[in-house]
Amino acid sequence: MERAEDVKKHIKVYLWVFAGLVIGTIVTVAVSNLQAGVALGIFIAMVIATFKGSLVAGFFMHLRTEKKLIYFVLGITALLLLVLMFITFFTIGDQVGVQIVPESAGHSVH
Amino acid sequence: MSSAYHDEGFWRKYVFSTDHKWIGIQYAVTALFFLLIGFCLILVMRWQLAYPGEAVPIIGKLLSEEGMLTPDLYNSFGAMHGTIMIFLGVVPLAVGGFGNYVLPLQIGAPDMAFPKINMASYWSFFVGGVVMLASFFMPQGAASSGWTMYPPLSVIQTTGETMWLIGMVFLITSSLLGAINFITTVIQLRTKGMTWMRLPFFVWTQFITSFLLLLAFPPLESAAILQLMDRLAGTSFFLPSGLYVGGEVLNVSGGGSPLLWQHLFWFLAHPEVYVLILPAMGIVAEIITNNTRKPLWGYRSMVYSLIFLGFMSFIVWAHHMFLTGMGTTMAAFFQTTTMIISIPSVIILSAMFISLWGGSIRFSVPMLFALAFLPMFGIGGLTGLPLGLASADIHLHDTYYVIGHFHYIVAPGTLLALFAGIYYWFPKVTGRKMNDSLGRIHFFGTFIGMNGVFMPMFIQGLAGVSRRLYDGGTTYLHAQPVLQWNEFMTISAILLGLFQIPFIVNFFMSIKRGKKVSSNPWEATTLEWAAAPSPPIRHGNFSSVPEVYHSPYEYNVPVNGTVEEFVPQNKVLEVE
Amino acid sequence: MEIPYTVDAHPETGLHNSKIGIWLFLASEVMLFGGLFSAYILLRTGSLPGVWPLGSDILSVPIGTFNTLVLIISSVTMVMSWASLKMNDFSKYKLYMGTTILLGSLFLVIKIFYEYIPKFSHHHFPSTDTFYAIYFTLTGLHGLHVLGGILVNLYFWGPGSKLWKTEPERFSNRIEVAGLYWHFVDLVWIFLFPTLYLL
Ligand code: HEM
Ligand SMILES: [Cu+2]
Repeated sequence: MERAEDVKKHIKVYLWVFAGLVIGTIVTVAVSNLQAGVALGIFIAMVIATFKGSLVAGFFMHLRTEKKLIYFVLGITALLLLVLMFITFFTIGDQVGVQIVPESAGHSVH
Repeated sequence: MSSAYHDEGFWRKYVFSTDHKWIGIQYAVTALFFLLIGFCLILVMRWQLAYPGEAVPIIGKLLSEEGMLTPDLYNSFGAMHGTIMIFLGVVPLAVGGFGNYVLPLQIGAPDMAFPKINMASYWSFFVGGVVMLASFFMPQGAASSGWTMYPPLSVIQTTGETMWLIGMVFLITSSLLGAINFITTVIQLRTKGMTWMRLPFFVWTQFITSFLLLLAFPPLESAAILQLMDRLAGTSFFLPSGLYVGGEVLNVSGGGSPLLWQHLFWFLAHPEVYVLILPAMGIVAEIITNNTRKPLWGYRSMVYSLIFLGFMSFIVWAHHMFLTGMGTTMAAFFQTTTMIISIPSVIILSAMFISLWGGSIRFSVPMLFALAFLPMFGIGGLTGLPLGLASADIHLHDTYYVIGHFHYIVAPGTLLALFAGIYYWFPKVTGRKMNDSLGRIHFFGTFIGMNGVFMPMFIQGLAGVSRRLYDGGTTYLHAQPVLQWNEFMTISAILLGLFQIPFIVNFFMSIKRGKKVSSNPWEATTLEWAAAPSPPIRHGNFSSVPEVYHSPYEYNVPVNGTVEEFVPQNKVLEVE
Repeated sequence: MEIPYTVDAHPETGLHNSKIGIWLFLASEVMLFGGLFSAYILLRTGSLPGVWPLGSDILSVPIGTFNTLVLIISSVTMVMSWASLKMNDFSKYKLYMGTTILLGSLFLVIKIFYEYIPKFSHHHFPSTDTFYAIYFTLTGLHGLHVLGGILVNLYFWGPGSKLWKTEPERFSNRIEVAGLYWHFVDLVWIFLFPTLYLL
């Protein structure tokens, strides 16, 4: 259990984390204005989002000092999440033959 | 201990109960009711398959003017049969019913970790069930695009798909709440001395099942939300561009992907088949070791296989999609994982077969059902292998062979195991035993009836007869040589139905009139038998907190120079 | 019989029941949003060249940025409300929790009145194209999560806070659990924002 003195120390950390999150937000927006190209843009945005996400998870959700069991549960979840995203992605990418795209398809955005 | 619960009214005790035992009973009774409905739907369909276009006896007038099952109704009945059997019948009975009642008792816990959430889980399930049933009585009728709800059909269909999706969201919520509860309970509430390797195998199966429910269901929930958007808000998540319906291009924005649904659907639905089978394995393992009076053979390897199987079940899903234009690389991948996942299943099945060896088997009614489970599950599993091989699946996909295969797993397989569980735990729940002779009649009738229904499906399927055919193949040339089986299967199904009457009679009669039994009538070793016969609702589970000293199945083990017939897990042995 | 480990930690796992419960729930939420993100990736990579618009051309980046900051601040106040309980300061708790609720509501108000409604009045609906479909569905579902969090927090700010007088330990556990959920909702937004608004 946390004691009052520990919590006081935490609070300072929370404020630093807050600063980190604000800076992260500003940097993402700024970088996206540079129009660095789609692939690089996605990459940078996701790196920053992951950084911010880890700050929230690590400090606000106390994942930095969590018990083994929680790590275990989240580890499996993360693994299955990757399975869901990537294997689905690869499978849809690995199609036999050519997809027939009707002419009207390109104009369907109103 | 009991005084705290004294002022409980009827509603809190029997309707919105938070006691895991009562919730288990609620789940089981509701699920049995749904199983009956699901069965009645298929009986009507089977009539149509055997006697196409002839009026259905007795209830025909409810179906249509001419008394026959119309093609639209046939589709609805088929979709709802699958949905009801899986999501409202087998899973709620196996996990909600048996899991809720037995699991806390077996680990020596006073209740589930979150009793109120447990109650919410049941009522969410109940609402989901009501929504599903209500869809039959809506003007547009029940959903009719198969239990798989494949778009684009399911999106453009004008029947009750929306109700189906809403019902599904409730059912998924129910399963998630239940899974959270089960996992927390097993981790936190095992009584003193109940180490992981002393857990009864049944608890292990429920534990792994809960993980499958927890992590596989949410993607289907997201898919259900997307499909609801497609149906209600006019989005095109699953509708490709330029889709022709009735000769005209559908007026939607397009750009969606029907395959996306299939992926999200099967990401759940393959683990779901393990949700259907693992608890059944757990029940069968308990009953086999109890009735052979021997420790379960290879308990450890069974547990490890189970864990491995649970994990692998997440990476085989696209073996249901070999025919969607999948390239050879990914087909090879899924075919390999599918072959690998059969290994742990074979280990578990073999361990249970070997457990029989050299035992002095008591052929009690639960044991008959459990014994029958083994070869039935074996047939189901073996016939699945060709379906997991892409080249064979090209021929077999969407034929009656598939229907035969998975029904051998879920009907003669899981259903027999669930019956076994009912006969086995009935004395614990009610304090009375079910009638033996009626039980045997029920067993033999069910066993023969099941095989009569499902065995010929392999023959028809190998001949190429498609599933979901309104006329059972009458209009197809290639189906002609195997058409005569339709009548045979239908008569078997009717007999199967008739042989459930002794069960229903037995069930209700025994609640009041069955032979009274002691707290441990089967002379079993696991903790649920240490509780009072018919442990009272809302009064805790045990008179004192049990402590565990032994592994779960200590039958005929040498103790101090003699052989003990059975050593309950909580029995203190004097060591000389 | 009382259910063990509702308040104190289990000796082996070091956790009380609801802490495990909430993390399991969040694990399922990860898979829920994971499914939706997969849908986004597949639909976007599968779209014909030039069809998928740039988020910042359609959505207002300033409003999105502002709302991101609102949620981040609310996460800070949420964790502060828990810390206040740990330091035995109930009135500070009330203050921070109240602020969290207000910030959460502000997020929703901005979302609805400055984003959704202007879009609708320009005849941009979920059915317009796949981008709008994804945008409305993902932010809508996220908004429902925010709403759920607000309701839970409101309960613990109002009637639920009576528990503090009788079982302070249990109450601060509950706030911790509610906080975990709230931070998760924030975390989802941290990924949603660049995905929808910037890329
Ligand atoms: C016990 C008696 C049962 C009988 C006689 C039976 C019979 C059938 C038949 C004949 C079909 C094929 C209908 C068609 O393709 O037109 C079918 C489909 C199906 N059954 Fe059963 N079944 C039984 C139990 C079960 C159980 C216990 C489950 C699941 C746990 C189940 C799940 C399904 C599913 C998922 C389908 C596919 C529905 C679809 O095409 O969308 N059945 N059943
Ligand atoms: Cu499968």
